[in-house]
Amino acid sequence: MSLTNRYDFVLVFDVRDGNPNGDPDAGNMPRLDAESGHGLVTDVSLKRKVRNFIGMMKGETPPFDIYVKEKAVLNQAHEKAYVAIGAEDELKGDAKKRKGSGETVDKARQWMCKNFFDVRTFGAVMSLGVNCGQVRGPVQLTFARSVDPIIAQEHSITRMAVATEAEAEKQQGDNRTMGRKHTVPYGIYVAHGFVSSFLAKQTGFGEEDLELLWQALENMFEHDRSAARGEMSTRGLYVFKHDSELGNAHAHALFDRIQIARKDGVDVARSFKDYEVTVDDTGLPPGVALIKRA
Amino acid sequence: MTSFCLEVAGDYACFTRPEMKVERVSYDVITPSAARSIFEAILWKPAIRWEVKRIEVLKPIRWISVRRNEISSKLSVRNAQAAMGAGKGNLGLYIEEERQQRASLLLRDVAYRLHADLVPVGNDALSNPAKYRDMFQRRAEKGQCVNQPYLGCREFASRFRLVSDIDLEASPLNESRDLGWMLYDMDFEHPDDPKPRFFRAQIENGIIDLSKAQVTG
Repeated sequence: MSLTNRYDFVLVFDVRDGNPNGDPDAGNMPRLDAESGHGLVTDVSLKRKVRNFIGMMKGETPPFDIYVKEKAVLNQAHEKAYVAIGAEDELKGDAKKRKGSGETVDKARQWMCKNFFDVRTFGAVMSLGVNCGQVRGPVQLTFARSVDPIIAQEHSITRMAVATEAEAEKQQGDNRTMGRKHTVPYGIYVAHGFVSSFLAKQTGFGEEDLELLWQALENMFEHDRSAARGEMSTRGLYVFKHDSELGNAHAHALFDRIQIARKDGVDVARSFKDYEVTVDDTGLPPGVALIKRA
Repeated sequence: MTSFCLEVAGDYACFTRPEMKVERVSYDVITPSAARSIFEAILWKPAIRWEVKRIEVLKPIRWISVRRNEISSKLSVRNAQAAMGAGKGNLGLYIEEERQQRASLLLRDVAYRLHADLVPVGNDALSNPAKYRDMFQRRAEKGQCVNQPYLGCREFASRFRLVSDIDLEASPLNESRDLGWMLYDMDFEHPDDPKPRFFRAQIENGIIDLSKAQVTG
């Protein structure tokens, strides 16, 4: 079923003794706004986790296949049966005559949307040069930013082994190497997101997909455990549902209703308990409902 | 023809320079084409066209560099078509194999006042301009939009507010500078092969006056 509402959402997540998103420009230190000291997590980092979660939950099979895959998560690139949707006549017939024309690309685009969750959610660019060879996904995510400035800590760690024999010889059997690890002791981050029902119609993103998206945002960190991440979890997902497709209120005004601040008397925050989330759900603009998902 | 003014603002923005789009570097200010698409995100029909007339820069120009892992390839239409026909295939794309790290030089903490004319071009809009004018007015006041407007790239969402009385607003940035040649907009006369058009951008006391701009292809 296609969407008939606009949604704006606030995603709140935290990290404890981990690195939520490394910065390739800074030797994999946590991303930092150098001017203000706030931590950042990019939109693409969050989308990666959504993809991984959906891929894992749905086993990467159509119609919930994932186009942009990460090998570490799933290595089951088996043959998949894609539902052929009236494709044959398109491929025979006069397809050759207008090779690369808008219409054949359009068919392929629709078909990709139908089979791949990430294509119909976030969009994709297709390789033919025609101007319309792209899919704009209905879901738009912003960078996540920490509520308070974060401190990035660097830890030196040792490994009781070496990778090559040459290295072992050089160390005369000591066989130890040093490594580095960056963590944020604690940080709480906020990202904003938007779902456009108009773009959803173009890609066939429906109610079921939306429900999956919410589940992914709620649970994605639970399945993204690794040595680098520490403990990350979703602490809140606040969805503003508009009655109308165009929306009933300004997104920024709705976002301002979710305020997160350190509790009084807490100088150094080290857990979620040190923060207070205030949700002002009184007197919401007419036609807007607040759904607290997590 | 009616003029509207929107105040837009966001934490980040990237109005990518076409000559440096591999590692994206933003222009110093919003381009007229990005400004046009903000209006279009609120209201657009084939019967109308938006013409951006003036851009007021409200905040100092500041930068931030962000490097991200991106992919180097686009989705292959041919592979998709092959799988469509066969009903099976392996279409996925592994980021480990197609990874590129790209830096982007973004603008941070931006705010602009955008002035644009709603120009009727289709028959319906020509005979009934008030309908479109009211529609935009209503949507912009209520915060309605087709998709959330953004500042150059979709991850840099924009807040917007309809400015009804410009006299009540703060004056723009007190700064004048020559920004050199900037993208004006794409010329979509031949949709298969849109051509860029450029203009010489000058900020005078925080204002870029596009009505005086010389636009060349």
